[in-house]
Amino acid sequence: MARAPRPFTPKVVTANDLLEGDVVYLTEDDQWTRRLSEAEIITDEAHAQLRLLHGERQPEVVVGVYLADVSQGDNGPEPTHFREDFRRTGPSNYPHGKQEVSAHV
Amino acid sequence: MYKYSEFDDAFLAQRNAQFRAQVERRISGALTEDEFKPLRLMNGLYLQLHAYMLRVAIPYGTLSSAQMRQLALLAEKWDKGYGHFTTRQNIQYNWPKLRDVPDMLDALAEVGMHAIQTSGNTIRNVTADHFAGAAQDEIADPRPYAELIRQWSTDHPEFQFLGRKFKIAVTGAPHDRAVIKAHDIGLQVVEQDGERGFRVLVGGGLGRTPMIGKVIRDFLPENDILPYLEAILHVYNLLGRRDNKYKARIKILVHETGIDEIRDRVEAKFVEIRPEFSGSDMDVLAEIQDYFAPPAFTDKPLDAYQEAYDSDPVFRAWVDTNIAPHKAEGYGIVTISIKAHGETPGDATADQMRLMADLAEAYGHDELRISHEQNVILPHVHKADLPAIHAALKEARLATANLGLISDIIACPGMDYCALATARSIPIAQEIATRFDELKLEHEIGELKLKISGCINACGHHHVGHIGILGLDRAGVENYQITLGGDATEDAAVGTRTGPGFSAEDIVPAIERLVRAYLEVRDSPGETFLQTYKRLGMDPFKTALYEEEAKADAA
Repeated sequence: MARAPRPFTPKVVTANDLLEGDVVYLTEDDQWTRRLSEAEIITDEAHAQLRLLHGERQPEVVVGVYLADVSQGDNGPEPTHFREDFRRTGPSNYPHGKQEVSAHV
Repeated sequence: MYKYSEFDDAFLAQRNAQFRAQVERRISGALTEDEFKPLRLMNGLYLQLHAYMLRVAIPYGTLSSAQMRQLALLAEKWDKGYGHFTTRQNIQYNWPKLRDVPDMLDALAEVGMHAIQTSGNTIRNVTADHFAGAAQDEIADPRPYAELIRQWSTDHPEFQFLGRKFKIAVTGAPHDRAVIKAHDIGLQVVEQDGERGFRVLVGGGLGRTPMIGKVIRDFLPENDILPYLEAILHVYNLLGRRDNKYKARIKILVHETGIDEIRDRVEAKFVEIRPEFSGSDMDVLAEIQDYFAPPAFTDKPLDAYQEAYDSDPVFRAWVDTNIAPHKAEGYGIVTISIKAHGETPGDATADQMRLMADLAEAYGHDELRISHEQNVILPHVHKADLPAIHAALKEARLATANLGLISDIIACPGMDYCALATARSIPIAQEIATRFDELKLEHEIGELKLKISGCINACGHHHVGHIGILGLDRAGVENYQITLGGDATEDAAVGTRTGPGFSAEDIVPAIERLVRAYLEVRDSPGETFLQTYKRLGMDPFKTALYEEEAKADAA
């Protein structure tokens, strides 16, 4: 008997900004945001492939588009792997990257 | 120091103009990322976790004060005020913006620097003993050879598309400070019957499959260096595997084919191409050697130095720990630790870079070196100037007396920056250094090389650390494996794994148990950690790591 396919886990579309290199996420209204909390949570596999293609069709805006696993948190998507946690935060040895940005807001 | 010729300047200007146009075409959409990526990598530009990263070559780790000041300028103008010195004697900028990179490269060209072949499947920046030209045990300064190899390998048409990257290191001394046995090719200057030449090693490397280099030629006359290197590269380029990235380095070819067959093929190729080298390469070498003539050493009274040494324990500790013997009477080799306890290993701020440049200009014959151990060196300093240098360094938090001690840690950028990393390295290094500083134990522990890599690629040289730490991703959690008994010197050895790894929280206490076990079982304070390990083997350390932990858990 064939094993049941693994259930689809929620995803976000993420990439790096072409000019700045900063980590960006695709929102529901087709914008690229710097904040994971504003990203579109994708819960359907077919929709995920469409959204990924949508991101990949913007090579003049972003680089390295891929689907990253997330879970649904109180304030939008939360990373499920520590790598994605570092990507949304910045390095741990200096308050640089996104930490710097959020300190200014 | 080597000065660029008109040819070098013109080549670099042309290359930078090409890259500027490539960046523009990428931004306009005329080039896809797939097309652009190999072009940017050829110019040292990576895309990392949070930003682009520009890796700038510091050939054989040698810098003038003007070059160091320019590195500071780049850090301030286009980065976040600091730079990261690496285990290939390079510097990396962690936050450049794509549009700014061509300007950064032009600024580097102003001082004869570039980022060419700091990435990609080519011959990378040639490294050398960071004490070159100053060490007491040196037969010859290895840097003229490294510069000759740099000129030969830069844009060499046959070797721009190798199966994988290719790293060469040169030492001019029997005591190996350049880790030549962990390089694709390691060269050691030797003398035989009054003739100068090289002992040539091939097939060393760290990474996924660590290997110690094997001798392919015991004595290669100096004149034959370029044709012989070309013969090795030719055999590798032809036979090296291209089907599997993880088996593509020359170490795998040597391992799978056997050193004897590789030697036969290299020697055959060497005989074939030797006549093509007319001797003009040796004329170039002679010209290069003039640039590396030793500075005019002077004689100065040492009374003030001696008085400071006798009366100031902080100065004395720094001298005893960070100053190495120099070949010239009255001189010392100063290693400036950029590993203050709790700081990121290898990072220096723009202000620190400028201060080190000023000190080099005032007291060090205008020369600086970057070591593969991620420190900065003033190679030629008269001891009479040490008190002034120490005072200036103290002001800038650069006077840490920890060279060769447990807090003088090599650490790769790890998952704080690197897109390939599987775990963080920097915070582990920071915590270990901070912990042993609190314990005030590191001078009692003595020589202990601790090296941390954040993935199997081993940029942090963990395999050759007396204690090595490898950060991995185990089911979505950072996990740190320990190896013991690695050695980066002429007695090079790959460390052995102790057993299961430790979590990010448990790794620092584990290292502390390990070191405390060493202090208990060493036969005298003079027996180093590595010697104790070689004498007693793994057992006492395994007990400290795993049985004591089990006891603590049960309690």
